[in-house]
Amino acid sequence: MADDKFFDLEIITPDRIFWKGQASMLELNTSEGQVGIYKRHIPMTMILAPGVMTIHLEGENKEAAVHAGFIEILPDKISVMAEIAEWPEEIDENRAREAEQRAERRLQAHDPRIDTSRAEVALKKALVRLELSKMK
Amino acid sequence: MASMRDIKRRRNSIASTQQITKAMKLVSTVKLQKTKARAERSKPYFDKMYSTVTSMLAKSGTINHPYLKANKSAKKAVILITSNRGLAGGYNSNVIKLVTGSELEPEEVVLFAVGNKGKEYFQKRNYRIEKEYPEVIENPMFTDAKEICDEVLRLFSAGEIGEIYLAYTYFKNTVVHEPQLLKLLPVEVREEDLAAAREKAADHTLMNYEPEEEEALDVIIPKYMTSIIYGALVEAVASENGARMQAMDSATSNAEEMIDKLTLQYNRARQGSITQELTEIIAGANAIS
Repeated sequence: MADDKFFDLEIITPDRIFWKGQASMLELNTSEGQVGIYKRHIPMTMILAPGVMTIHLEGENKEAAVHAGFIEILPDKISVMAEIAEWPEEIDENRAREAEQRAERRLQAHDPRIDTSRAEVALKKALVRLELSKMK
Repeated sequence: MASMRDIKRRRNSIASTQQITKAMKLVSTVKLQKTKARAERSKPYFDKMYSTVTSMLAKSGTINHPYLKANKSAKKAVILITSNRGLAGGYNSNVIKLVTGSELEPEEVVLFAVGNKGKEYFQKRNYRIEKEYPEVIENPMFTDAKEICDEVLRLFSAGEIGEIYLAYTYFKNTVVHEPQLLKLLPVEVREEDLAAAREKAADHTLMNYEPEEEEALDVIIPKYMTSIIYGALVEAVASENGARMQAMDSATSNAEEMIDKLTLQYNRARQGSITQELTEIIAGANAIS
């Protein structure tokens, strides 16, 4: 059975259903590290970390950036609840580079008024976007 | 009977009011289409979030987590979502009535007001308004919901507030909008959903959590709240435009009715004055001959 390895995958963001379909493997970053999930995984809920997500399809791979959210794994179905998800073509490379610079400057300034954890999140987001835009 | 000139003036002024209400109706119809589509797009995320949290709670009856219990504080935060502009029928007052008519005491309410109308009402009545977000309602974004949620949770964790409520207008369909008061924290889901989730959990293998359940709840519950707040924001905007469209529609048809009535009155007055003039001329002619 060729299609035995495929599971249902849905990626949902607050604004839209980002992607829905059948995939053979899903790679992504979680708070505990990088994981790759195949069909018939034990049921599990994990927290997403910002990173590039790779969806393995029949003969091709799709990449997307996801930032924050969680993922629910059932043996034959995976739901990714991402707060933000973007395809490579949706990313504005210049903007991401600017954001990276801005965040880095903020972190280096050591200004007590600046929320460092927020700047760190901004920096991570920018880095993920840049990484993905290079894959285009 | 009013003079012809008075009637005419009144009719003209109603006609120009009607033009305004007609234009407003058209504008809100277009806005409704847009906001309605947006509310529908955010539904799957919200529904999934709700079912995830429900199934987590169903299995985690024993979990002792601060987000699942009321704080000691008697203060209750209410996130109030109203519009910035009026002329939307009962839209704003229905949400306000929901808060004033509930068992929440004015002294214990801490308001987070999204939209000006609700804020103005409660400000006049000396409620405590902790924060206001007037510009958010124009075009709600997910980051706005996050900001509100972070602020409320910060106060909750600091023990300054004991419970969190959300008052908004649920967009059922284009004509039905229901004001709702939801309890956000401590997390509460509908009893029947919880029972259904328990049943489902019984024949499913146990859900695992990575990181540990309690840590996962720490992350997932704020996300759940953010998604509810975001969903409420987009639905409230859709409801607002729906309510305004209805209000303007009935205003336009009321104006139409008034114009018809005044036209009839005007014609009657015109006829009356002609009859009177004729009678006077005939009477004058008779007097001469």
